[in-house]
Amino acid sequence: MSGLSYTAPSTISEAVALLANEAGLAKVMSGGTDLLVQMKIGRLKPSLIVDTKKIPGMIGIREIGGCFVIGAATSGALMGEHAGLVAAWPGVVEATNLIGSTQVQGRASLAGNLCNASPGADSPPAMIAAGAIAVIAGPNGTREVPVEAIVTAPGRTSLGKGEFITEFRLPKKAARSGDAYLRFIPRTEMDIAVVGCGIAVTLDAAGVCVAAKVSLGAVAPTQLVVAGAAAALIGNKLTDAVLAKLDAECQAVCKPINDKRGTIEYRTKVAGVLARRVAAIAFQRAGA
Amino acid sequence: MSKTHVTTTINGEPAEFLAEAGLTLLDALRDEVGLTGTKEGCGSGDCGACSVIVDGRLVCSCLMLAVEAEGSTIETIEGVATGDTLHPLQRKFIEYAALQCGFCTPGFLVAAKSLLEKNNNPTETEVRFWLAGNLCRCTGYDKIVRAVMDAAAEMRGA
Amino acid sequence: MTYIGNKSDLRVVGTRPDRPDGVDKVTGRAIYGADFRLAGQLVGRILRSPHAHAKIIKIDTSKARALPGVKAVMTAQDMPNITSEESFVGEGPTNFRDQSLNVMARDKVLYEGHAVAAVAAMSPSIAEAALALIEVTYEVLPHVIDVEEAMAPGAPILDETLFTAGVDPKPTTPSNIAKKIILKSGDIDAGFAKADIIAEGRYVTAAVHQAYIEPHACVATIGADGQATVYASSQGHFMIRAFCAKLLGMEISNIRVIPLEIGGGFGGKTIVYLEPVALTLSKMAGKPVKLVMTREEVFRASGPTSGAVVEVKMGAMKDGTIVAAQAVLKYQAGAFPGSPVQPGLMCAFAMYDIPNVHLTGYDVISNRAKVAAYRAPGAPISSYAAEQVVDDLARQLGMDAITIREKNAAKAGTKTVYGVTFPEIGYEAVLAAAKSHAHWKAPLGKNQGRGIATGFWFNIGGESSASVFVNEDGSVSVVSGSPDIGGSRASMAMMAAEVLGIPVANVRPIIGDTASIGFTNVTGGSRVTYATGMATVQATEKVIEQLKQRAAMIWDISPDAVDWKDGQAVPAGANAGGFDPLSLAAIAAKAGKTGGPIGSEVSVNAQGAGPGFGAHICDVEVDRETGQTTILRYTAIQDVGRAIHPSYVEGQIQGGAVQGIGWALNEEYIYDAKGKMDNAGFLDYRVPVASDLPMIEAVLVEVPNTRHPFGVRGVGEVPIVPPMAAIGNAVRDAIGIRMHSLPMSPPKVRKALDSGQG
Repeated sequence: MSGLSYTAPSTISEAVALLANEAGLAKVMSGGTDLLVQMKIGRLKPSLIVDTKKIPGMIGIREIGGCFVIGAATSGALMGEHAGLVAAWPGVVEATNLIGSTQVQGRASLAGNLCNASPGADSPPAMIAAGAIAVIAGPNGTREVPVEAIVTAPGRTSLGKGEFITEFRLPKKAARSGDAYLRFIPRTEMDIAVVGCGIAVTLDAAGVCVAAKVSLGAVAPTQLVVAGAAAALIGNKLTDAVLAKLDAECQAVCKPINDKRGTIEYRTKVAGVLARRVAAIAFQRAGA
Repeated sequence: MSKTHVTTTINGEPAEFLAEAGLTLLDALRDEVGLTGTKEGCGSGDCGACSVIVDGRLVCSCLMLAVEAEGSTIETIEGVATGDTLHPLQRKFIEYAALQCGFCTPGFLVAAKSLLEKNNNPTETEVRFWLAGNLCRCTGYDKIVRAVMDAAAEMRGA
Repeated sequence: MTYIGNKSDLRVVGTRPDRPDGVDKVTGRAIYGADFRLAGQLVGRILRSPHAHAKIIKIDTSKARALPGVKAVMTAQDMPNITSEESFVGEGPTNFRDQSLNVMARDKVLYEGHAVAAVAAMSPSIAEAALALIEVTYEVLPHVIDVEEAMAPGAPILDETLFTAGVDPKPTTPSNIAKKIILKSGDIDAGFAKADIIAEGRYVTAAVHQAYIEPHACVATIGADGQATVYASSQGHFMIRAFCAKLLGMEISNIRVIPLEIGGGFGGKTIVYLEPVALTLSKMAGKPVKLVMTREEVFRASGPTSGAVVEVKMGAMKDGTIVAAQAVLKYQAGAFPGSPVQPGLMCAFAMYDIPNVHLTGYDVISNRAKVAAYRAPGAPISSYAAEQVVDDLARQLGMDAITIREKNAAKAGTKTVYGVTFPEIGYEAVLAAAKSHAHWKAPLGKNQGRGIATGFWFNIGGESSASVFVNEDGSVSVVSGSPDIGGSRASMAMMAAEVLGIPVANVRPIIGDTASIGFTNVTGGSRVTYATGMATVQATEKVIEQLKQRAAMIWDISPDAVDWKDGQAVPAGANAGGFDPLSLAAIAAKAGKTGGPIGSEVSVNAQGAGPGFGAHICDVEVDRETGQTTILRYTAIQDVGRAIHPSYVEGQIQGGAVQGIGWALNEEYIYDAKGKMDNAGFLDYRVPVASDLPMIEAVLVEVPNTRHPFGVRGVGEVPIVPPMAAIGNAVRDAIGIRMHSLPMSPPKVRKALDSGQG
């Protein structure tokens, strides 16, 4: 780790300047739970670490007119302690607050989990399903993009040099809506998702789905938005036939790999299984 | 290489040390401060042997840079007992034979203490999930879970 | 003498006092391998092979040596090139040449992670920079990982000088099959001819690691006079001394090994990896050197146990009598010969009295880290297969799975296939306890299943030493040569206290280093409470004889007229005289005037360790959509002889069972196409976590071993033998499909459910 510098700026503009001006590899750190592991195994050799946690607003949750603004360095544990957020977006909270162990949950952040750009990351499918927006600061000012536009490939993001995510915005929860996230892991804790699935739905007064978003993780190089799966839900109640269609739509889009965590065949099948289970929870939360 | 001067409070006492940028809090505690009760089992946040409490939050000290600890309050296994008086968790671990080799024990005790500070009446399931990031290869966890539950009961009664 | 007698006469043995090292271990004071430091110590690091199999063409260390702050750089050229020599050190047979080559590769690297060079430097960052400057030129060779592929003709050969032993005529071409072993009794063909039904299966197990939480660590220092001291956490400091002496060409008396606390071993710390390297670096640098493995190094370069292929065929008559049992065992040894296939053969059917048995074993090398002992080495693998075939026999016969075992149970007088006739054993008592346990009859829900399996381990004795001293104030010190890995200090203190008739709190047990206590074999094989316990009891008895003599001197009567009772010397009877009892403190206070300090050391080579048997009952629920298996309930019943400290006996059983659960469900070495381990960390090498498990009920059956003063059998090994088959049988019960390979991971189970074949 020779030649490494660490700095903890106190403003966004300072952080942007540090990141933009570093000649070597500059890495943004919030919880550090992925970054430090990658450095330890030698996969990343940054010359500068910019710790964003000292910047006001980077940690914490604000509710503004029913919308939620979550600082990018906010941990899953903090999200789990925010009653309003838990009530509005339980799927997003669950997805973030099951990353790693209790120890990791107190540190690992939403932005880190997203920008580490692992296909198996837990929070992105739930955030995508929820329609979360990432606010990005950079040398040219700020921009806002949907969460699904951040990761472009394993280990790669659409952020430019000098850019980093400052906050996430979750929309106001619609009436009769609900979200949920489940992942499959071989043990009960401590594993990387073999498959992850986030679903958010809105129902009408009769319990018929009027809006839906479905996202899968760990079954393709990036998180997938499964439009066909959402279409299978919209206009319907959660009948066996609808669940079967949802299952099939999810399986159809999977492009996973064989690796130490699962086979192509297995991941594909389980994507369908999880989608059915997640949809049931989301519908139930929406009041079905 | 230049080192950063880090000022912290460890187990209630002021503590200062010098840290290279890449030094983990775990290595700083063990090698710079001399508190070797906190153990390294994996260095990647997967075993919990290095658990400490930083500003009230349970963390793996192997997944935190020492320089991040500037101004922090840190609790390690060495601070769990009060002088000669063991914490109820420590007593119960001995009473229940909740340790065999003892290497994971400091991490379990720190993690369990953090649990009981948040939830003084955890269910067995809550104990098991809270402690899922602490690996023990000797005991099969049975006696650890019982010790934590009984310590919680005793602390509630006290 | 024996103290087995009536259990209720015992005051200390069988109780649950606080362990003497408990406070140190709950407060962070206990010093483990990586916690120890010497002034001026250097940081050592080891360079490891990135290839599974390659010739070392050249190692250029010049740039590393030139780096400021680097104090020593070594390769195998800095260690003696020793010749092949078989010996028995640690927990199994070893060849010193292989051991030397495993510590540091010489001409070839045989697995990814094989050590090729090492450095000692002023700081970790300098040491790591130095490693990067060592230039190794390799000629990469084809590699082989799988055991059957390694056995096949045309496989890449690891060692051109290795010819299969145990076959006639002697082979003329080299092979990766180091040895073929046959064990047999009766007439196997006649046995199968007599059978009404046959069950058979081919089972595959994955290599699994002991996964102790403490990585290997040591500090070594050697002076210009050649006097060396090694501080290390291990399962045997005498083992470290023996290996270092042999591998470095040193005299044993010039090496002193100080045991540090050990953070788990399970057999994996019964051989050396770091100590000879640290000593060599220390000698070159003239300073102490500390070496600590990373977790990744532990997985890649220290020994797991064998993965294997096991084929079992058994025949029974309609009444359930098993008349024939046959097995072929192919065990991975790793890069050097020495898998635990022999004990695997011996244990496979040891629970049963079967007239016709035929066992064939193969010890096979491949490009994997050399295996090390792991809890009941070899037995869990063969039992995993055999106990599922027994389950299939019971299913075919429509017989209760415990009843078929009772019908064929080994008992006192049963002659094993390896020639030993069992003394009094507790297998039938274990089965009876299982049958009467509420768990066996409890109702099951949908997608749930129940399995039972049993297991055997020899338990061993061997060489141990212990000293007992009565201190000046009457307190007692017990020194033994056995590292305490799971509470053995407590059992030593308890046995000494029981014999002396004093409270256990008055006895302080410590672990002596190699220069302060007689030779003691490793803590392993479930031998410590048995053998070191025997030495402790005998030393205590000698001390009591001395105490009686001292009392006799004080009273001026014959030693024969003194009895030792309740921790005091008393007159043996009215004729002996009317003296008030003399306490330990009173006798100790006058020790100077009655002959000097009171103490005794005893070294034994304990024979007659009591065979151990266990039965595990397991309930599972299988998620038919994800293939995930959840352990719902687990009961482990075991004959322990006599439990000295029941809590630590239960702990051994619970811990062993959970290691077996991990082995059964999720643990495995995964290799990529280049022969590199793909999951060298606790993230993807998935040991059970707390939330995976229910409570593990340990049921202690006590059929005392008459060869031990308190009836002790070993307890640590047996509990890892039954779990894999117990869970396999439970999964079979739950889904109606027999799974044939470990781990029974979710993808495999789902695939079996989809295809109808496991």
